[in-house]
Amino acid sequence: MTLSVRIIPCLDVTDGRVVKGVNFTNLVDAGDPVEMAALYGREGADELTFLDISASVAGRETTLDVVRRTAEQVFIPLTVGGGIRTVEDVDRLLRAGADKVSINTAAIARPELIAEIADRFGSQVLVISIDARRARTESGFEVTTHGGRESAGLDALTWVEKACELGVGEILLNSMDADGTRAGYDIGMITAVRAVSKVPLIASGGAGALEDFSAALDAGADALLAASVFHFGVHRIGDVKKHLSKNNYSVRNAHTA
Amino acid sequence: MIAILDYGSGNLRSAQRAFETSGREVLITSDYETALNAEGLVVPGVGAFAACMNGLIAVRGDQLVRERIALKRQTLGICVGMQILFAHGIEHGNHKGVGIWKNTVEKLDAPILPHMGWNTVSVHPSSKLFTGIENESFYFVHSFAVKDSAGEFSTFSHHGEDFLAAVEDGVISATQFHPEKSGEAGLQLIENWISTL
Repeated sequence: MTLSVRIIPCLDVTDGRVVKGVNFTNLVDAGDPVEMAALYGREGADELTFLDISASVAGRETTLDVVRRTAEQVFIPLTVGGGIRTVEDVDRLLRAGADKVSINTAAIARPELIAEIADRFGSQVLVISIDARRARTESGFEVTTHGGRESAGLDALTWVEKACELGVGEILLNSMDADGTRAGYDIGMITAVRAVSKVPLIASGGAGALEDFSAALDAGADALLAASVFHFGVHRIGDVKKHLSKNNYSVRNAHTA
Repeated sequence: MIAILDYGSGNLRSAQRAFETSGREVLITSDYETALNAEGLVVPGVGAFAACMNGLIAVRGDQLVRERIALKRQTLGICVGMQILFAHGIEHGNHKGVGIWKNTVEKLDAPILPHMGWNTVSVHPSSKLFTGIENESFYFVHSFAVKDSAGEFSTFSHHGEDFLAAVEDGVISATQFHPEKSGEAGLQLIENWISTL
């Protein structure tokens, strides 16, 4: 009995449609989120993540509806992030059918939000999403905001330690240098974050070749998030799982989903 | 009719949909009589042990579960809804549970917590819940668990150490994992439970 590594497709959603940006610009429409969620569920995704990149209140309402419709037909865990600022935002998403939420900018602005959410709903619902890049900080990695365009003035490892202390249940580590490049996960960054954290670590940003997935696990990731390689059919989830299984990682059978 | 007990606990919507795939009517309710008279009662639960237990007591859920056992009506606890059925929980202090089984819910000894994701189980040979899905994986999210056997049939999993993944004890059953989030295998477990009603 071994905990399987998790493969998590991420759907960037705005106004009820899936998009994926290359380095967060140049958006390409890649389909209906509910249908894609159901498809990924059938293909053996272990979890799903929706990142709401809507700029408007109406867009966020649409996302709640997408979450509702997804939760009605896809019986695997669903994490939703994007624009979450308050405990009430979390409550709305959980009631709509999300199992976990991920927070990012709002926690940088007001770290107590982490403890507020963890106290009310438990750490297990809370993923801290960290957009980090290589920089001349103490650890060599810094936190960014605005999709990687601006520095948050915060060392990434310091932030990981603080977030864990405040009660996050999981870390989603997104390399802004690697995001959208398909040149591989930032292995050095995964290794560094793994060394200072004891909660599950999801690697994100840069997945391209099959070997990239196993390399991130070798570096200490517990789960692997990817978007464009799945959305554009470069790999199917089953291919990734076969590769990982060959490399002696425990994966959940794709046929059960 | 199947009742899902609403005592202020998180995402009940997907649980309702998952149980509805059986074709049965599924109600989310905090009404004592409705929950008492349902053919099957599901006790969900997320968050901390004490907070969950307080919520349960607020709707007289502790008495409800005992009365259903006395009336020989099926009840299924899920995740923290399983944990609070035990006598004690050691999570931010020592708290009393419903006490159906004498065990204590303790923190898992594992390098990475929460235990989050899909894990396999070592199914008790007489299990009915796991018929046909003995070799499947189920979705767990928890840091605390019971480490010894309880009730008639105990099914274990492993994360850092062995822990109780499911209990089947006459009319009361419980799973530490989330069947409603465990894909096709989870839906089959739900179907297996419903076939005992």
